[in-house]
Amino acid sequence: MVEYLIQRLAISAVTLAVISLIVFTGVRMIPGDPARVMAGIEADEAGLAEVREKYGLNDPIPVQYFRWIGLAIRGDLGESIRTRETVTKTVAGKLPITAELACLSILLALTIAIPVGVLSAVRRNTYWDYLANGLSLCGLSVPSFWLGIMLILFFSVRLGWLPASGFIPFLENPVANLTRMLMPAFVLGATLAAVLMRQTRNSMIEVMSADYIRTAYSKGLAGRVVVFRHAIRNGLIPVVTILGLQMGALMGGAVVTEQIFVVPGFGRLIVESVFTRDYPLVQGVVLITASAYVLINLLVDVSYSLLNPRIRIKGTADAR
Amino acid sequence: MPGNGGAVAAPFAAVGSEAPATRFQLAWRRAARRPPALAGAAVVVLYLLLALGAPWVAPDDPLRTDWGQIRKAPSAAHPFGTDDLGRDVLSRVVYGTRISMQAGVLAVLLAMAVGVPAGLVAGFYRGIFDQLIMRLTDAWLSFPFLILAIGLVTILGPSLTNATVAIGVGATPTYIRLTRGLVLSTREEDFVQAARVLGAGDLRVMCRHVLPNIASSLLVQATVSIPGAIIAEAILSFLGLGVQPPSPSWGTMLNAAQQFLETAPWMAWWPGLAIFSLTLSFNLAGDGLRDWLDPKDY
Repeated sequence: MVEYLIQRLAISAVTLAVISLIVFTGVRMIPGDPARVMAGIEADEAGLAEVREKYGLNDPIPVQYFRWIGLAIRGDLGESIRTRETVTKTVAGKLPITAELACLSILLALTIAIPVGVLSAVRRNTYWDYLANGLSLCGLSVPSFWLGIMLILFFSVRLGWLPASGFIPFLENPVANLTRMLMPAFVLGATLAAVLMRQTRNSMIEVMSADYIRTAYSKGLAGRVVVFRHAIRNGLIPVVTILGLQMGALMGGAVVTEQIFVVPGFGRLIVESVFTRDYPLVQGVVLITASAYVLINLLVDVSYSLLNPRIRIKGTADAR
Repeated sequence: MPGNGGAVAAPFAAVGSEAPATRFQLAWRRAARRPPALAGAAVVVLYLLLALGAPWVAPDDPLRTDWGQIRKAPSAAHPFGTDDLGRDVLSRVVYGTRISMQAGVLAVLLAMAVGVPAGLVAGFYRGIFDQLIMRLTDAWLSFPFLILAIGLVTILGPSLTNATVAIGVGATPTYIRLTRGLVLSTREEDFVQAARVLGAGDLRVMCRHVLPNIASSLLVQATVSIPGAIIAEAILSFLGLGVQPPSPSWGTMLNAAQQFLETAPWMAWWPGLAIFSLTLSFNLAGDGLRDWLDPKDY
């Protein structure tokens, strides 16, 4: 177990190093003077000199890289060209909003996906199953931003039930916050629900055909007990992994969802910073997102190994 | 490939029955068992024809503005209505098929062109090559797809070509991983060993023996990734990072439609329905193709 953890940590560290290299190279690929790129078009000579000094832009590239990564590890990702606020602070201000959106959408996705997935596995090849499969296929195919627009069209424009956009902090007014987050969370969670439902169905079907389930049935246990006490425990393990793998899609989805519903979160920040050519902000945001994703996957792998004793024991051999 | 299926199934069909079915008939019979997949494939073909024949199918020039026909509801003259510049929405949706198909297919081809050889080399030679390529792939996969695409478009500048490249680059690691995994199991097969014993070189073994055997799985993955790429292009264009106006891309059309939801909702219906139906059909066809190519399914 310890060996597995160490190996897994080492892989994550290497991945993070490669990510930082890619981001560093990416920013250097932007045409023009790197100092200009980091300081903005409006910066004067003094500003440029300051940036050159800070990042050592006259040094050889490898030295520049290590200087940059050193600053990044200490949390200094530079400052936004537009607002002159530090990137770390800007991101920290936006993150809770996106985190709330993501949590709500995961919650919504799980509440839909697990019961429907289990039901369609248990009632395999019935109309229930077909309906659930059809819905999940639609969920996978529908472009989330169009779904968002259609929801606004229906619930806000036509029926006037829900506000179309905007954000009110939860602590300020929980009800107003949730009514505004409902549609974005549904849009962001729809694809996730479809993916998770498929996974739940598949793994439940597999588990339901296992010997120990037949044993449970033959000792006379009620179907309900077998499904909820015996099958679900094993059936949901792969769902955890898939949920982890979907985090990247969720982060990407947040960009679009926040754009449609004008939620002032992380995703909107990315798009704004791209349009204003706020390169330090783009760089910081991409670096933070990718690192967060690596950490989430690390956590998922570790929790997976805790859930599944077989991996815990022989993990290292099969982890590759 | 369908050939594999026929070759396996033919001897069984020949036993007992008086007229053995041809490979084509057998393949068709198995395909006909899946109406949703066939329907999906038919719609994909329809869209393909629409993309190729756009100038003949579209009733109007997709770029022609008409100030007297601004945001008109669907009518006989404009079955899908007109947009905020008085352009015919139907014609724009038809021409938009071209952009979506082009971006979707080219992005996936790009991803395969880079990913398949890299995965082939990694899986075939193992060792340090493999480690290097796989670590790079891990890092690559750590960028959420859309974030990576946005980052790339920031560097390259927004355009259809750059969006396609960005989507292709984002999809590449999937193909590296998939190819490597398939090669790892295929290279241990007896027929690969036999080819080696007969003196076939690495390149020949890879191209003539390994690649054809993993091609069907790659094909299935391609049908699954194309709808993803199509949605990605629409998203980038929707965000203003892909196709630039006035080009009739479904994503840019939806972007424009967002401002007129109350007065001209039809501007949002059709491009979205087009994306939805196309990706749904691709997914249906892809699911069917996967079952159809699966040897276990005979």
